[in-house]
Amino acid sequence: MQNDIILSMRNISKSFPGVRALQNVGFTLRKGEIHALMGENGAGKSTLIKVLTGVYPKDSGQVFLNTDNSLKEINVKSPYEAQNLGISTVYQEITLCPNLTVAENMFIGRGSYQTVNWRIMKKKAAEILEKLNIPVRATQQLDTCSIAMQQMVAIARAVDMDCKVLILDEPTSSLDEQEVEKLFSLKRDLKSRGVGIIFITHFLEQVYEICDRITVLRNGELVGEYEIKDLPRVQLISKMMGKDLEDVSALQKRKPVGGETEGTPVYEAAGLSSIECSNAFDFKIGKGEVNGFTGLLGSGRSESVRAIFAADRITGGKIRINEKDVKIKKPKDAMKHGIGYLPEDRKRDGIVEDLSVRENIILALQVMKGFFRPFSRAEAEAFADEYIKLLGIKTPSMDTPIKSLSGGNQQKVILARWLLTNPQYLILDEPTRGIDVGTKVEIQKLVLKLAEKGVSITFISSEIEEMLRTCSRLIVMRDRKIVGELKGEEMTQDNIMHTIAGEAV
Amino acid sequence: MGSLIKKLTRSQLTIPLFALFLLVVYNLIRDPEFFSIAIATNNDGNTVLTGNLISILNGASAVAILSIGMTLITSSCKGQDISVAAVAAIAGSVFVSVLRSNEITIPVLLLAFLFSCVVSVLFSLFNGVLVAIFKIQPMIATLILFSAGRSIAYWINGGATPTVSSPLITSIGGFIPGIPIPTPIIIMVVFLILITLVLRLTNLGLYTQVVGINEGTAHLNGISPVWIKLTAFIISGVCVATAGCITVCRIGLINHETLLLDAEMDVILSVAIGGNALSGGKFNIYGSVIGAYIIQALTVTLYAMKVPSAAVKAYKAIVIIVIVVFSSPVVKDFVIRMYKKLFKKQPEDEVQAKAA
Amino acid sequence: MKKGKDLFTENLGKKPREPISNTNLLMTITICTFIGMYMIAMLVWGGGFLNPQQFLDLFNNNAFLVIIACGLTMIMISGGIDISGGGVTALVTMACVVYLEDHGGTVAGSILLALGIGLFFGLLHGILVAYLEIQPFIVTLAGMFFARGMVTIVSIAPRTASHEAFLNLKQMRITIPGLGYYGKTGIFIPAQIELGVVIALIVVIAVAIILKWTRFGRNLYAVGGNSHSALTLGINVKRTKFYAYLLAGILSGIGGYVYLLHTGAGDAANATQAEMQAIASNIIGGTLLTGGVGNVIGTLFGMLSLKTITNIVIASGLTKPYYQSITTGLMLCFFILLQSVILAVREKGAIGLLPEWLRPGKKDKNQS
Repeated sequence: MQNDIILSMRNISKSFPGVRALQNVGFTLRKGEIHALMGENGAGKSTLIKVLTGVYPKDSGQVFLNTDNSLKEINVKSPYEAQNLGISTVYQEITLCPNLTVAENMFIGRGSYQTVNWRIMKKKAAEILEKLNIPVRATQQLDTCSIAMQQMVAIARAVDMDCKVLILDEPTSSLDEQEVEKLFSLKRDLKSRGVGIIFITHFLEQVYEICDRITVLRNGELVGEYEIKDLPRVQLISKMMGKDLEDVSALQKRKPVGGETEGTPVYEAAGLSSIECSNAFDFKIGKGEVNGFTGLLGSGRSESVRAIFAADRITGGKIRINEKDVKIKKPKDAMKHGIGYLPEDRKRDGIVEDLSVRENIILALQVMKGFFRPFSRAEAEAFADEYIKLLGIKTPSMDTPIKSLSGGNQQKVILARWLLTNPQYLILDEPTRGIDVGTKVEIQKLVLKLAEKGVSITFISSEIEEMLRTCSRLIVMRDRKIVGELKGEEMTQDNIMHTIAGEAV
Repeated sequence: MGSLIKKLTRSQLTIPLFALFLLVVYNLIRDPEFFSIAIATNNDGNTVLTGNLISILNGASAVAILSIGMTLITSSCKGQDISVAAVAAIAGSVFVSVLRSNEITIPVLLLAFLFSCVVSVLFSLFNGVLVAIFKIQPMIATLILFSAGRSIAYWINGGATPTVSSPLITSIGGFIPGIPIPTPIIIMVVFLILITLVLRLTNLGLYTQVVGINEGTAHLNGISPVWIKLTAFIISGVCVATAGCITVCRIGLINHETLLLDAEMDVILSVAIGGNALSGGKFNIYGSVIGAYIIQALTVTLYAMKVPSAAVKAYKAIVIIVIVVFSSPVVKDFVIRMYKKLFKKQPEDEVQAKAA
Repeated sequence: MKKGKDLFTENLGKKPREPISNTNLLMTITICTFIGMYMIAMLVWGGGFLNPQQFLDLFNNNAFLVIIACGLTMIMISGGIDISGGGVTALVTMACVVYLEDHGGTVAGSILLALGIGLFFGLLHGILVAYLEIQPFIVTLAGMFFARGMVTIVSIAPRTASHEAFLNLKQMRITIPGLGYYGKTGIFIPAQIELGVVIALIVVIAVAIILKWTRFGRNLYAVGGNSHSALTLGINVKRTKFYAYLLAGILSGIGGYVYLLHTGAGDAANATQAEMQAIASNIIGGTLLTGGVGNVIGTLFGMLSLKTITNIVIASGLTKPYYQSITTGLMLCFFILLQSVILAVREKGAIGLLPEWLRPGKKDKNQS
């Protein structure tokens, strides 16, 4: 039994000034298992991983690693040391160097070489890539590979370093399903080689598809360790969220609202195309309607809504708003016509890291008001205060830089920014990505509430369930083209899958 | 007390103000009379103020004006314009050539200034276009005019160093009859008031910072990064022309090689000493202006200590290094950690962390 | 296009050819431009350009610049900048001359002094930039001020070296067999290069080897490409940066000595703006200020292009000094715009505009 355990963390505690991030948390990983580490944002998952990989020193507790068939206590001081001990991490953001070749990325920073033998390195890299069945060339520059391939290169690097413990920190967030499948088959392959894998993700389906066991953390404390078959989905959610169980199930049962108000289209586009979205498409949305774009990542759904907001350069199309012809050539035009857009990539396109919550909230309204008419400090504070309360944004003060907030709260700030402009049409591109379950539910509720008030909403999410819950009409995309539209009764998970796949139902 | 310390460690003005304070204290200890202001009568028969304080304020005006434009460029473009002094030489040359071809009267003077403004804004826009539209790093883009600018000035001057002289010119470079304060100081103050008004009455500050921190967000919120960057270069162009003209008026001639020599380095230093990140984003114009006065105060102090003018640079470098070392985040963190170790209680931090 | 490529590889049984990397592409453009420019100069203006000595003088006059620029290449690849090169050069020349003349120094001692000064600046910059994380621009600017100020503290008046052993070293010339020209009297004068050129070429080769085949060199590229990634890949980012500045400092010291070997005088005005010329050489040679891309061979050709254009301007009769810097500016402008356009086109994938070999590798996403 002892030999089966490859990593054991006991009574780990870690506190930051004023916060106990981890309290007596234990964690055990067996050989050849895929172990999900679940919890809301701020539950302590990443702190635990960072303690394990030596990014943070632990306050108390012990870490044991299986070396030569016996558990030995280890004390990791840096990620580098962790790597050498056989603990490798693959992060959501690729942590390889884009300007080097695949082979170099696999070998750089390892061992004690002083000179580089390119020929041997290429040969070795090619062997490993072939062994793991990763379809990239060793001599290829890394930035010419897709994100999924880059992640696999990172995994290949870890495997070649004889890793015993592989930590995958939200690796699938930016992958489409085919890529996820490729990644999963690689994971299964590693599992059969006896590598212990710690898998952190927000996607419940993926957990149930591939994992063997689950450890749940909440508020820095261990909730429990479960075999996957003993823990149904709803229970897992309740364990992660604590008391909010009823809330989740209530929401799940609710029928989509926002009828088919075809009568008065708020926004209508004919033959709209942008330089990122070259296939012209028609689209309209009625007052108070919630519809959604669905399709695999890269199917063009984000590009389509970006075209609606004129985020990329528009190359053609006619637009009518409230049945009047208008021209929308740049985001500011769209904003003037009451369109709001919450972007897919919060960090890149949403927040202004160093500015305060207040400035982040008033930004869009300020731009609409005009360059020469800034809000007074009092006005801005009143707005910020109102929305911090309305959305329950957790922030020490409205002058705190937004970068120090958690992901969910940052998302709420951006939502507040658009709600403040009082839009008639709001586009939400993956508003629930990478945030904890509690906030996800809140955002979905908010969407429905807004729709009731008559705001039209386009909602995009990678989780089809979320879309089914909120949308009354789904536009299905494949290969950058609209391939179908589903309404009312037609909207089932099955139907969507079939339409995406392009098969007859 | 705790909150004061916290505010002090956070504000970017703390270290520059402290440095300025130290300089003042040092000078007062060395020579209690150092900052005394005397009233004298100059060669033109004007009653004027003299003294080290006046010469610091006067001497720094050109660099301080330039640093306003540089701060905006730094914030929005995440880089520096190293061609400001060279463009100032061009602006000065244009100024002088307009003045020399006419009799110098107030309208002609204004016209000459306007001309030099237009020319320097155009050159600045050339940099701006490279940076904003072609997305070239500011330092690289401005390297072009840095290497060619002074030669263009020389070419405008017809390969000579023409002089201008007129009471009007002297009153701009020196004193206006009846006013004891040097005119460059007045111009600087006017400039500072103007830029304060611009920052108060428009969203320039907010937009510039948003563009500097996150261009993607700026674009999606209806702010055009290209226009904001070009605006920064246009404002900088006006600053450059003003600084160039002031300097020409002060010395009464245009020398393409020595006009504001190495000023671009002093200007960038002022921006950095003022606590602004050279990598863009948040800025504080007043920090940069204070930075300019620190550099000038340092120079005057060194002169007063009888350091030969050519060697001033070496001492200046040492002080600069000390200042930037103390403003470096690594050192700041270390100091805060040490402070916490020494005074163990930190109730405020706890509150803050819990709320987060 | 994809099908055609597969067919091609099948038929020849070869590995698919990798698309040319940014580093090599930019370098190739520079080399081609230089060769093209020189050829045209030889055809149009003939005269001096046909004289091998004039070509070698490009090296003789600028050996120090090549050495400084090589150090700068390493720093720029790591994502930093160094503008102290010219200042350190001036300080080294002055310090060595004063040491040789006034303190009865030896040649070996002066070389050590030069290296020591370089090492000092390298250490200073390295510690401040790498370990205290201060902006490299400000640090090296302070370094430049310090060096320029120190020159005048060492001696305000320009000094000329008259030390015998040193002058012997200075006069040393290496004759290139078979190359030369016929002087006015019809006597064959063999082409010569100075000792400094040999040092410069050794430095270029050494830096090229370091960048391509050593752990440190590859780490530099990784750090410049993405320093956060480099850290998680187990690279000691701080140490790598530190060594880059240290080496560049030492190279500045060597560059200063080479400058002294060329002119034999210490002067506060020595090597003015050498730092900017070094940056310009790097940019023309395809090293990006953003880091991660660059090559020292490109830098060498960048310097050669920069100096050749000056010669061309002089040869074409525009002898006023301001024409030279204006053309230098124009040439910089041309290269900067060219690079910006090429990189943007490659990134955006407006592939149709480019010939096949210039195209970036296709994303592998759709291969399965």
